[in-house]
Amino acid sequence: MYSKTLMEHFTNPKNVGEIPNADAIGKVGNPTCGDVMWIYLKIEKDGDDKDYIADIKVKTFGCAAAIATSSMIIELARGKTLDEAIGLTRDDVATALDGLPPIKVHCSNLAAEALHDAINNYQQGIKPEETTARDEDNEH
Amino acid sequence: MSEEQAYFCYGDTTPVRDEVIQAMIPYLKSKFGLASSDYGHSFGVKAAEALNDARETIAKAVGASPEEIIFTSGGTEANNLALKGIAYNARMRNKGKHIVTSSIEQSSVRDTCNALEKEGFEITYLKVDAVGRVDPKDIADAIHTDTILVTIQHGNGEIGVIQDIKAIGEICREHKVLFHTDAVQSFCKIPINVEEMKLDLMTVSAHLIYGPKGIGALYVRKGIRLAKQIHGGFYERNLRGGTENIPAIVGFSKAVELFDWSDVEFFAEVRGYLIEKLINSISDVQVTGPLDNRLPHVASFVINYVEGESLLLHLDMHGFSIATGSACSTKRLQASHVLTAIGIPQEISHGSIRMTLGLGNTREQVDRLIETLSEVVNRLREISPMSPELMRKWQETGNI
Repeated sequence: MYSKTLMEHFTNPKNVGEIPNADAIGKVGNPTCGDVMWIYLKIEKDGDDKDYIADIKVKTFGCAAAIATSSMIIELARGKTLDEAIGLTRDDVATALDGLPPIKVHCSNLAAEALHDAINNYQQGIKPEETTARDEDNEH
Repeated sequence: MSEEQAYFCYGDTTPVRDEVIQAMIPYLKSKFGLASSDYGHSFGVKAAEALNDARETIAKAVGASPEEIIFTSGGTEANNLALKGIAYNARMRNKGKHIVTSSIEQSSVRDTCNALEKEGFEITYLKVDAVGRVDPKDIADAIHTDTILVTIQHGNGEIGVIQDIKAIGEICREHKVLFHTDAVQSFCKIPINVEEMKLDLMTVSAHLIYGPKGIGALYVRKGIRLAKQIHGGFYERNLRGGTENIPAIVGFSKAVELFDWSDVEFFAEVRGYLIEKLINSISDVQVTGPLDNRLPHVASFVINYVEGESLLLHLDMHGFSIATGSACSTKRLQASHVLTAIGIPQEISHGSIRMTLGLGNTREQVDRLIETLSEVVNRLREISPMSPELMRKWQETGNI
């Protein structure tokens, strides 16, 4: 059911952990749904004085697809400017994982939303300790 | 299976015993005739003899007469025949349209009840307590003049709970309502006697007792009429059409013949060892279902702060086959209705795992399983933002 790439990201998720003193956190999902993703961002200025993602990590509670999609979006987002990163979509994640079973597509959606939430929180100045999970219309 | 692999899903299906396979082969090759051939040529006679012997063996195992055993393509078909057979027959005779069942039935009973409901039958799905027991008194209260059938599963394969079928049987007799039980998980695990239990119908199956898939039986007490579901010939007391699957029937019968209570003692002991070892090795874990008076093969748990499909896949990669009731592991993303019925909130049922033990399991396998499971649980908890505090916050405030 799952691709080799997805299983690799699931078995060895690349970018797991917290960032102490993170500049922002994005939180999606909840335990009742069975998927919780928290993405931590460290933002710095690049050579063109643009904000970029210097460090990014994730903590995930969920199924294999949830763990793999959240691991993958971190890989895709690391080093990108915020403008570039906000353009990442669930399709980018799914493609990078060589596809997702249809009933698991919502996991890639969550991963993208977690990233966008983190970026939005940063841009709106919402500190990590003030962040609660987005109350989204979930498809569960 | 290789030495490293260990199978813990005997409640989902079992491998076929060598002696069963050997018993079946002649009926695939030389004794392949139709059992019900009207002209009695020798090919058919051999098959007919095997059919009669099988019917006798299975009848004896449950305390019935041979003609009360109807062979079907499995437990699912037997459950369908029992429920629809009684329901449609009652409708034809204007005898009533109410059925009483539980909220923890296996899908072939549950889905059939749902389908009958859509056709205008009235179904009462009785609640169960925190370990899955139906209160027989609730059945007595639910029965009324329009009730045609009570169907309550004998033993549940997800949480191991055993219902008080004898008490329910007495209530049904008193109220003159027919009583069916799905005994697929309990057959050859705990004692069954259709007379003592005052059963009118009962479903059993071969593939959970080291017999082949695709064969089961419905016990139908003499004198009970069912609306036939599969038409085509007057086989099986005119209750079920279609050429009899003699090889599978012979296999089923052989599996029953080979059964011994020492088998149960064997894997019940390994099961006890597994439960104790698991709860002592892993924190924040709860046994689901009753701690005693439990089906001897079922070991079921919820493990907090991790998700079942992840556990299953990790264990599978290490060669261990287990099962889960987590929503994320299903095609419809729905948590196990059994866990929901016993009051396990969805945020906890995500961490459900279940091991069902059988003849191939050893303590050594259990040691390896628990060691690997502990490592996997620790790893998954490390990468998870969930914690006891966060779970409490979620349950109390709805925020995390």
